[in-house]
Amino acid sequence: MSGDHHDHHHDNHYSDMQARVRALETVLTEKGLIDPGALDAIVETYETKVGPRNGARVVARAWSDAAFADWLSRDATAAIASLGYTGRQGEHMRAVFNTNATHNLVVCTLCSCYPWSVLGLPPVWYKAPAYRSRAVIDPRGVLREFGVTLPEEKRIRVWDSTAELRYLVVPQRPAGTDGWSEADLAGLVTRDSMIGTGLARLPETAA
Amino acid sequence: MNGPHDLGGQMGFGPIAPEADEPWFHADWERRALGVTLACGAFGAWTIDESRHARENIPPAAYLAASYYEIWIRALEVLLQRHGFVTADEIAAGKSLSAGAAPKRVLTAEMVAGVLARGGPCDRPLSQVPRFAVGARVRTRNVNPTTHTRLPRYARGKTGIVEAVQGSFVFADDNAHGRGENPQWVYTVVFDGPEIWGEGSDPTLSVSIDAWESYLEPV
Repeated sequence: MSGDHHDHHHDNHYSDMQARVRALETVLTEKGLIDPGALDAIVETYETKVGPRNGARVVARAWSDAAFADWLSRDATAAIASLGYTGRQGEHMRAVFNTNATHNLVVCTLCSCYPWSVLGLPPVWYKAPAYRSRAVIDPRGVLREFGVTLPEEKRIRVWDSTAELRYLVVPQRPAGTDGWSEADLAGLVTRDSMIGTGLARLPETAA
Repeated sequence: MNGPHDLGGQMGFGPIAPEADEPWFHADWERRALGVTLACGAFGAWTIDESRHARENIPPAAYLAASYYEIWIRALEVLLQRHGFVTADEIAAGKSLSAGAAPKRVLTAEMVAGVLARGGPCDRPLSQVPRFAVGARVRTRNVNPTTHTRLPRYARGKTGIVEAVQGSFVFADDNAHGRGENPQWVYTVVFDGPEIWGEGSDPTLSVSIDAWESYLEPV
Protein backbone atom coordinates (compact mmCIF):
# COMPACT_ATOMS: atom_id res chain seq x y z
CA MET A 1 0.00 0.00 0.00
CA SER A 2 3.00 2.29 -0.19
CA GLY A 3 2.14 5.58 -1.79
CA ASP A 4 -1.48 5.39 -0.70
CA HIS A 5 -1.80 8.38 1.56
CA HIS A 6 -5.36 7.48 2.45
CA ASP A 7 -4.01 4.81 4.76
CA HIS A 8 -2.62 7.54 6.98
CA HIS A 9 -5.23 9.57 8.76
CA HIS A 10 -2.78 12.31 9.70
CA ASP A 11 -1.43 12.81 6.19
CA ASN A 12 -4.93 12.59 4.79
CA HIS A 13 -6.22 15.22 7.18
CA TYR A 14 -3.35 17.56 6.37
CA SER A 15 -3.84 17.17 2.63
CA ASP A 16 -7.57 17.86 3.13
CA MET A 17 -6.75 21.08 4.91
CA GLN A 18 -4.17 21.99 2.26
CA ALA A 19 -6.89 21.68 -0.39
CA ARG A 20 -9.50 23.46 1.72
CA VAL A 21 -7.29 26.47 2.42
CA ARG A 22 -6.05 26.63 -1.17
CA ALA A 23 -9.65 26.64 -2.42
CA LEU A 24 -10.59 29.44 -0.07
CA GLU A 25 -7.53 31.50 -0.96
CA THR A 26 -8.28 31.00 -4.67
CA VAL A 27 -11.89 32.17 -4.36
CA LEU A 28 -10.89 35.22 -2.33
CA THR A 29 -8.08 36.13 -4.72
CA GLU A 30 -10.34 35.79 -7.80
CA LYS A 31 -12.87 38.07 -6.14
CA GLY A 32 -10.22 40.67 -5.38
CA LEU A 33 -10.80 40.31 -1.65
CA ILE A 34 -7.26 39.37 -0.74
CA ASP A 35 -3.80 40.18 -2.04
CA PRO A 36 -1.67 37.02 -1.88
CA GLY A 37 1.32 39.30 -1.35
CA ALA A 38 -0.29 40.54 1.86
CA LEU A 39 -0.55 36.95 3.07
CA ASP A 40 3.16 36.49 2.33
CA ALA A 41 3.95 39.67 4.27
CA ILE A 42 1.90 38.51 7.27
CA VAL A 43 3.63 35.13 7.34
CA GLU A 44 7.05 36.72 6.93
CA THR A 45 6.36 39.04 9.87
CA TYR A 46 5.60 36.17 12.21
CA GLU A 47 8.33 33.87 10.90
CA THR A 48 11.14 36.42 11.04
CA LYS A 49 10.29 39.61 12.93
CA VAL A 50 8.04 38.84 15.90
CA GLY A 51 9.01 36.14 18.36
CA PRO A 52 10.16 35.38 21.90
CA ARG A 53 13.43 37.23 21.37
CA ASN A 54 11.31 40.35 21.82
CA GLY A 55 10.03 39.25 25.20
CA ALA A 56 13.49 38.07 26.26
CA ARG A 57 14.79 41.59 25.68
CA VAL A 58 12.01 43.00 27.85
CA VAL A 59 12.82 40.58 30.67
CA ALA A 60 16.57 41.15 30.44
CA ARG A 61 16.00 44.91 30.63
CA ALA A 62 13.79 44.44 33.68
CA TRP A 63 16.46 42.31 35.36
CA SER A 64 19.12 44.92 34.63
CA ASP A 65 17.28 48.17 35.27
CA ALA A 66 15.15 48.59 38.40
CA ALA A 67 13.47 51.72 37.03
CA PHE A 68 12.44 49.85 33.89
CA ALA A 69 11.15 46.93 35.99
CA ASP A 70 9.07 49.37 38.01
CA TRP A 71 7.67 50.93 34.82
CA LEU A 72 6.95 47.47 33.44
CA SER A 73 5.01 46.58 36.58
CA ARG A 74 2.93 49.79 36.40
CA ASP A 75 2.45 50.27 32.65
CA ALA A 76 3.65 47.25 30.74
CA THR A 77 2.19 48.40 27.42
CA ALA A 78 4.23 51.62 27.46
CA ALA A 79 7.39 50.05 28.87
CA ILE A 80 7.33 47.31 26.22
CA ALA A 81 6.54 49.83 23.47
CA SER A 82 9.67 51.77 24.47
CA LEU A 83 11.69 48.79 23.19
CA GLY A 84 9.76 48.83 19.92
CA TYR A 85 7.27 46.03 20.56
CA THR A 86 3.68 47.00 19.88
CA GLY A 87 0.72 45.88 17.87
CA ARG A 88 -1.60 43.01 17.31
CA GLN A 89 -2.30 40.89 20.41
CA GLY A 90 -0.04 43.14 22.48
CA GLU A 91 -2.26 46.21 22.65
CA HIS A 92 -2.97 45.87 26.38
CA MET A 93 -0.03 44.26 28.13
CA ARG A 94 0.48 43.30 31.76
CA ALA A 95 3.73 41.95 33.21
CA VAL A 96 3.57 39.60 36.19
CA PHE A 97 6.71 38.95 38.19
CA ASN A 98 7.73 35.63 39.68
CA THR A 99 9.01 35.89 43.24
CA ASN A 100 10.36 33.55 45.89
CA ALA A 101 6.78 33.24 47.15
CA THR A 102 4.75 33.01 43.92
CA HIS A 103 5.05 31.41 40.50
CA ASN A 104 2.86 32.77 37.70
CA LEU A 105 1.36 30.73 34.86
CA VAL A 106 -0.63 32.10 31.91
CA VAL A 107 -3.38 30.32 29.99
CA CYS A 108 -6.38 31.11 27.83
CA THR A 109 -8.97 28.48 28.68
CA LEU A 110 -11.52 29.89 26.21
CA CYS A 111 -9.42 30.25 23.06
CA SER A 112 -5.75 31.02 22.41
CA CYS A 113 -5.11 34.56 23.70
CA TYR A 114 -1.34 35.08 23.82
CA PRO A 115 0.97 38.12 23.80
CA TRP A 116 1.99 37.97 20.13
CA SER A 117 3.95 41.25 20.21
CA VAL A 118 6.49 39.84 22.67
CA LEU A 119 6.27 36.06 22.18
CA GLY A 120 5.16 35.64 18.56
CA LEU A 121 2.63 33.02 17.55
CA PRO A 122 1.67 30.55 20.28
CA PRO A 123 2.95 26.97 20.21
CA VAL A 124 0.47 24.22 19.33
CA TRP A 125 0.23 22.93 22.91
CA TYR A 126 -0.81 26.37 24.20
CA LYS A 127 -3.88 26.30 21.92
CA ALA A 128 -4.76 22.64 22.48
CA PRO A 129 -7.31 21.20 24.93
CA ALA A 130 -4.85 19.40 27.24
CA TYR A 131 -3.11 22.59 28.36
CA ARG A 132 -6.19 24.81 28.30
CA SER A 133 -8.19 22.36 30.43
CA ARG A 134 -5.53 21.48 33.00
CA ALA A 135 -3.60 24.68 33.63
CA VAL A 136 -6.33 26.07 35.89
CA ILE A 137 -7.02 22.90 37.92
CA ASP A 138 -3.68 21.07 37.99
CA PRO A 139 -0.89 23.55 37.31
CA ARG A 140 1.69 21.53 39.25
CA GLY A 141 0.94 18.49 37.12
CA VAL A 142 1.25 20.65 34.01
CA LEU A 143 4.57 22.06 35.18
CA ARG A 144 5.93 18.57 35.85
CA GLU A 145 5.33 17.73 32.19
CA PHE A 146 7.56 20.68 31.32
CA GLY A 147 10.22 19.40 33.72
CA VAL A 148 9.50 22.02 36.36
CA THR A 149 8.96 21.01 39.99
CA LEU A 150 8.17 23.88 42.32
CA PRO A 151 8.73 23.78 46.10
CA GLU A 152 5.57 22.52 47.85
CA GLU A 153 5.06 25.75 49.73
CA LYS A 154 5.39 28.01 46.69
CA ARG A 155 2.13 29.63 45.69
CA ILE A 156 0.93 29.25 42.12
CA ARG A 157 -1.05 31.97 40.45
CA VAL A 158 -2.78 31.09 37.20
CA TRP A 159 -3.85 33.98 34.96
CA ASP A 160 -6.72 33.04 32.65
CA SER A 161 -6.67 35.59 29.79
CA THR A 162 -10.43 35.96 29.48
CA ALA A 163 -10.49 39.60 28.28
CA GLU A 164 -8.13 41.67 26.12
CA LEU A 165 -5.24 41.94 28.58
CA ARG A 166 -2.21 39.93 27.54
CA TYR A 167 0.19 38.63 30.17
CA LEU A 168 3.98 38.35 30.11
CA VAL A 169 5.59 36.43 32.96
CA VAL A 170 8.89 37.90 34.16
CA PRO A 171 10.82 34.89 35.46
CA GLN A 172 13.23 35.15 38.37
CA ARG A 173 16.76 36.10 37.43
CA PRO A 174 19.06 33.11 37.90
CA ALA A 175 21.77 33.29 40.54
CA GLY A 176 25.32 33.66 39.30
CA THR A 177 24.52 36.24 36.65
CA ASP A 178 25.78 39.37 38.40
CA GLY A 179 27.40 41.73 35.96
CA TRP A 180 26.01 39.97 32.87
CA SER A 181 25.12 42.14 29.91
CA GLU A 182 21.49 42.48 28.86
CA ALA A 183 22.24 40.56 25.68
CA ASP A 184 23.71 37.64 27.64
CA LEU A 185 20.83 37.70 30.12
CA ALA A 186 18.31 37.62 27.28
CA GLY A 187 19.88 34.34 26.20
CA LEU A 188 18.66 32.78 29.45
CA VAL A 189 15.03 33.80 28.90
CA THR A 190 13.05 31.08 27.17
CA ARG A 191 9.61 31.37 25.64
CA ASP A 192 8.23 28.94 28.22
CA SER A 193 9.69 30.96 31.09
CA MET A 194 7.61 33.92 29.88
CA ILE A 195 4.43 31.80 29.78
CA GLY A 196 5.23 30.31 33.18
CA THR A 197 5.65 26.71 31.98
CA GLY A 198 9.39 27.06 32.40
CA LEU A 199 12.07 28.87 34.39
CA ALA A 200 14.93 30.95 33.08
CA ARG A 201 17.97 28.91 32.05
CA LEU A 202 20.77 28.58 34.55
CA PRO A 203 24.04 30.30 33.59
CA GLU A 204 25.91 27.00 33.24
CA THR A 205 23.47 25.90 30.53
CA ALA A 206 23.78 29.10 28.48
CA ALA A 207 24.86 28.50 24.92
CA MET B 1 -22.50 29.70 25.27
CA ASN B 2 -21.44 26.52 26.98
CA GLY B 3 -19.46 25.40 23.95
CA PRO B 4 -16.56 23.04 23.39
CA HIS B 5 -14.12 25.94 23.73
CA ASP B 6 -14.82 26.41 27.45
CA LEU B 7 -12.20 23.92 28.56
CA GLY B 8 -11.06 25.00 32.02
CA GLY B 9 -11.13 22.05 34.42
CA GLN B 10 -12.20 19.42 31.88
CA MET B 11 -10.31 16.14 31.98
CA GLY B 12 -9.22 13.36 29.69
CA PHE B 13 -7.24 15.18 27.00
CA GLY B 14 -4.00 13.41 27.89
CA PRO B 15 -0.47 14.77 28.14
CA ILE B 16 0.42 18.25 26.95
CA ALA B 17 3.35 16.93 24.94
CA PRO B 18 5.26 20.13 24.19
CA GLU B 19 7.35 19.78 21.04
CA ALA B 20 11.04 20.62 21.37
CA ASP B 21 12.18 23.34 18.95
CA GLU B 22 8.68 23.57 17.54
CA PRO B 23 8.55 25.25 14.11
CA TRP B 24 6.26 28.23 13.61
CA PHE B 25 4.16 26.19 11.19
CA HIS B 26 3.74 22.46 10.63
CA ALA B 27 2.49 22.63 7.04
CA ASP B 28 2.34 25.27 4.36
CA TRP B 29 -1.45 25.50 4.63
CA GLU B 30 -1.04 26.75 8.19
CA ARG B 31 0.93 29.73 6.86
CA ARG B 32 -1.85 30.50 4.40
CA ALA B 33 -4.50 29.96 7.10
CA LEU B 34 -2.85 32.57 9.30
CA GLY B 35 -2.51 34.98 6.40
CA VAL B 36 -6.01 34.57 5.02
CA THR B 37 -7.59 34.87 8.47
CA LEU B 38 -5.79 38.13 9.24
CA ALA B 39 -6.31 39.50 5.73
CA CYS B 40 -10.06 38.86 5.90
CA GLY B 41 -10.20 40.30 9.41
CA ALA B 42 -8.84 43.51 7.90
CA PHE B 43 -12.07 43.90 5.85
CA GLY B 44 -13.53 45.44 8.98
CA ALA B 45 -16.74 43.45 8.42
CA TRP B 46 -16.66 41.59 11.73
CA THR B 47 -15.03 42.03 15.12
CA ILE B 48 -12.60 39.78 16.96
CA ASP B 49 -15.50 38.95 19.27
CA GLU B 50 -17.67 37.75 16.39
CA SER B 51 -14.69 35.69 15.16
CA ARG B 52 -14.28 34.05 18.54
CA HIS B 53 -17.98 33.25 18.66
CA ALA B 54 -17.84 31.69 15.19
CA ARG B 55 -15.03 29.42 16.43
CA GLU B 56 -16.99 28.46 19.55
CA ASN B 57 -19.94 27.48 17.37
CA ILE B 58 -18.05 24.72 15.60
CA PRO B 59 -19.80 21.48 16.66
CA PRO B 60 -18.03 20.02 19.71
CA ALA B 61 -16.76 16.82 18.11
CA ALA B 62 -15.24 18.75 15.22
CA TYR B 63 -13.85 21.51 17.46
CA LEU B 64 -12.05 19.09 19.74
CA ALA B 65 -10.62 17.09 16.83
CA ALA B 66 -9.35 20.15 14.97
CA SER B 67 -6.00 21.89 15.14
CA TYR B 68 -6.26 25.57 15.92
CA TYR B 69 -5.64 26.71 12.35
CA GLU B 70 -8.40 24.35 11.22
CA ILE B 71 -10.69 25.97 13.79
CA TRP B 72 -9.76 29.35 12.31
CA ILE B 73 -10.53 28.24 8.75
CA ARG B 74 -13.86 26.62 9.63
CA ALA B 75 -14.93 29.82 11.40
CA LEU B 76 -13.63 32.04 8.60
CA GLU B 77 -15.74 30.17 6.04
CA VAL B 78 -18.81 30.86 8.18
CA LEU B 79 -17.97 34.55 8.60
CA LEU B 80 -17.30 35.05 4.89
CA GLN B 81 -20.69 33.55 4.01
CA ARG B 82 -22.57 35.35 6.77
CA HIS B 83 -21.30 38.70 5.55
CA GLY B 84 -21.95 37.97 1.89
CA PHE B 85 -18.38 37.83 0.60
CA VAL B 86 -18.49 34.25 -0.68
CA THR B 87 -21.10 31.52 -1.06
CA ALA B 88 -21.03 27.89 0.00
CA ASP B 89 -20.99 26.94 -3.69
CA GLU B 90 -17.88 29.03 -4.26
CA ILE B 91 -16.09 27.44 -1.30
CA ALA B 92 -17.03 23.99 -2.61
CA ALA B 93 -15.98 24.83 -6.17
CA GLY B 94 -12.80 26.67 -5.20
CA LYS B 95 -13.60 29.47 -7.63
CA SER B 96 -15.52 32.69 -7.91
CA LEU B 97 -19.06 32.21 -9.27
CA SER B 98 -20.72 35.57 -8.61
CA ALA B 99 -20.06 39.06 -7.31
CA GLY B 100 -20.39 39.38 -3.56
CA ALA B 101 -20.24 42.07 -0.91
CA ALA B 102 -17.44 44.63 -1.17
CA PRO B 103 -15.31 45.12 1.95
CA LYS B 104 -14.43 48.49 3.41
CA ARG B 105 -10.81 47.76 2.62
CA VAL B 106 -8.63 45.08 1.08
CA LEU B 107 -5.31 44.52 2.80
CA THR B 108 -2.40 44.97 0.42
CA ALA B 109 1.17 43.89 1.06
CA GLU B 110 2.19 47.50 1.63
CA MET B 111 -0.41 47.90 4.39
CA VAL B 112 0.57 44.82 6.39
CA ALA B 113 3.36 46.24 8.55
CA GLY B 114 1.29 49.22 9.62
CA VAL B 115 -1.87 47.23 10.30
CA LEU B 116 -0.04 44.65 12.42
CA ALA B 117 1.89 47.35 14.31
CA ARG B 118 -1.33 49.19 15.15
CA GLY B 119 -3.27 46.12 16.18
CA GLY B 120 -6.80 46.63 17.41
CA PRO B 121 -6.92 48.40 20.75
CA CYS B 122 -10.26 47.80 22.44
CA ASP B 123 -10.04 50.07 25.46
CA ARG B 124 -12.74 52.74 25.36
CA PRO B 125 -13.37 55.78 27.55
CA LEU B 126 -16.21 55.46 30.03
CA SER B 127 -17.79 58.23 32.06
CA GLN B 128 -19.15 56.07 34.87
CA VAL B 129 -16.80 55.34 37.74
CA PRO B 130 -15.96 51.70 38.46
CA ARG B 131 -18.54 49.96 40.65
CA PHE B 132 -15.91 47.91 42.46
CA ALA B 133 -12.64 48.95 44.09
CA VAL B 134 -9.43 47.00 44.56
CA GLY B 135 -9.91 44.64 47.50
CA ALA B 136 -13.68 44.31 47.09
CA ARG B 137 -15.23 40.88 47.55
CA VAL B 138 -17.35 39.99 44.55
CA ARG B 139 -19.28 37.00 43.28
CA THR B 140 -19.43 36.08 39.63
CA ARG B 141 -22.95 35.66 38.34
CA ASN B 142 -24.20 32.17 37.66
CA VAL B 143 -25.37 32.56 34.08
CA ASN B 144 -25.61 30.24 31.10
CA PRO B 145 -26.17 32.45 28.08
CA THR B 146 -26.68 30.78 24.73
CA THR B 147 -24.72 33.67 23.22
CA HIS B 148 -21.04 34.69 23.45
CA THR B 149 -19.55 35.20 26.89
CA ARG B 150 -16.04 35.40 28.28
CA LEU B 151 -17.04 34.20 31.74
CA PRO B 152 -15.83 30.60 31.84
CA ARG B 153 -18.06 27.96 33.41
CA TYR B 154 -15.55 27.03 36.11
CA ALA B 155 -15.62 30.62 37.41
CA ARG B 156 -19.39 31.17 37.58
CA GLY B 157 -21.06 31.65 40.95
CA LYS B 158 -17.67 31.95 42.69
CA THR B 159 -16.50 34.46 45.27
CA GLY B 160 -13.22 36.25 44.78
CA ILE B 161 -11.36 39.49 45.36
CA VAL B 162 -10.90 42.38 42.95
CA GLU B 163 -7.15 42.61 42.55
CA ALA B 164 -7.00 45.28 39.84
CA VAL B 165 -9.26 47.64 37.95
CA GLN B 166 -7.81 47.20 34.47
CA GLY B 167 -9.62 49.90 32.54
CA SER B 168 -12.74 50.10 30.41
CA PHE B 169 -13.05 47.86 27.37
CA VAL B 170 -15.43 46.87 24.60
CA PHE B 171 -17.93 44.39 26.06
CA ALA B 172 -17.30 41.18 24.16
CA ASP B 173 -20.67 39.61 24.96
CA ASP B 174 -22.51 42.41 23.13
CA ASN B 175 -19.96 43.19 20.46
CA ALA B 176 -19.87 39.58 19.24
CA HIS B 177 -23.50 39.89 18.21
CA GLY B 178 -23.44 43.34 16.65
CA ARG B 179 -25.14 44.92 19.65
CA GLY B 180 -22.49 47.63 19.94
CA GLU B 181 -19.28 48.05 21.87
CA ASN B 182 -21.03 49.09 25.13
CA PRO B 183 -17.78 49.40 27.09
CA GLN B 184 -17.57 48.32 30.71
CA TRP B 185 -14.92 48.31 33.41
CA VAL B 186 -12.80 45.17 33.46
CA TYR B 187 -11.45 43.76 36.71
CA THR B 188 -8.90 41.10 37.53
CA VAL B 189 -10.71 38.91 40.04
CA VAL B 190 -8.70 36.31 41.91
CA PHE B 191 -10.16 33.16 43.46
CA ASP B 192 -8.60 30.71 45.88
CA GLY B 193 -8.19 27.27 44.35
CA PRO B 194 -10.54 25.61 46.87
CA GLU B 195 -13.30 28.15 46.07
CA ILE B 196 -13.28 26.89 42.49
CA TRP B 197 -12.25 23.25 42.74
CA GLY B 198 -13.48 22.38 46.23
CA GLU B 199 -12.25 19.35 48.11
CA GLY B 200 -8.79 18.23 47.14
CA SER B 201 -7.85 21.48 45.47
CA ASP B 202 -4.20 22.48 45.56
CA PRO B 203 -4.15 24.84 48.60
CA THR B 204 -1.32 26.89 47.09
CA LEU B 205 -3.34 27.63 43.93
CA SER B 206 -5.11 30.83 43.06
CA VAL B 207 -6.71 31.55 39.69
CA SER B 208 -7.70 34.88 38.22
CA ILE B 209 -9.97 35.87 35.38
CA ASP B 210 -10.47 39.24 33.75
CA ALA B 211 -14.15 40.01 34.26
CA TRP B 212 -16.37 42.70 32.77
CA GLU B 213 -18.33 44.57 35.42
CA SER B 214 -21.68 42.99 34.53
CA TYR B 215 -20.25 39.54 35.32
CA LEU B 216 -19.91 40.57 38.98
CA GLU B 217 -22.14 41.28 41.93
CA PRO B 218 -21.13 42.58 45.36
CA VAL B 219 -20.87 40.13 48.25
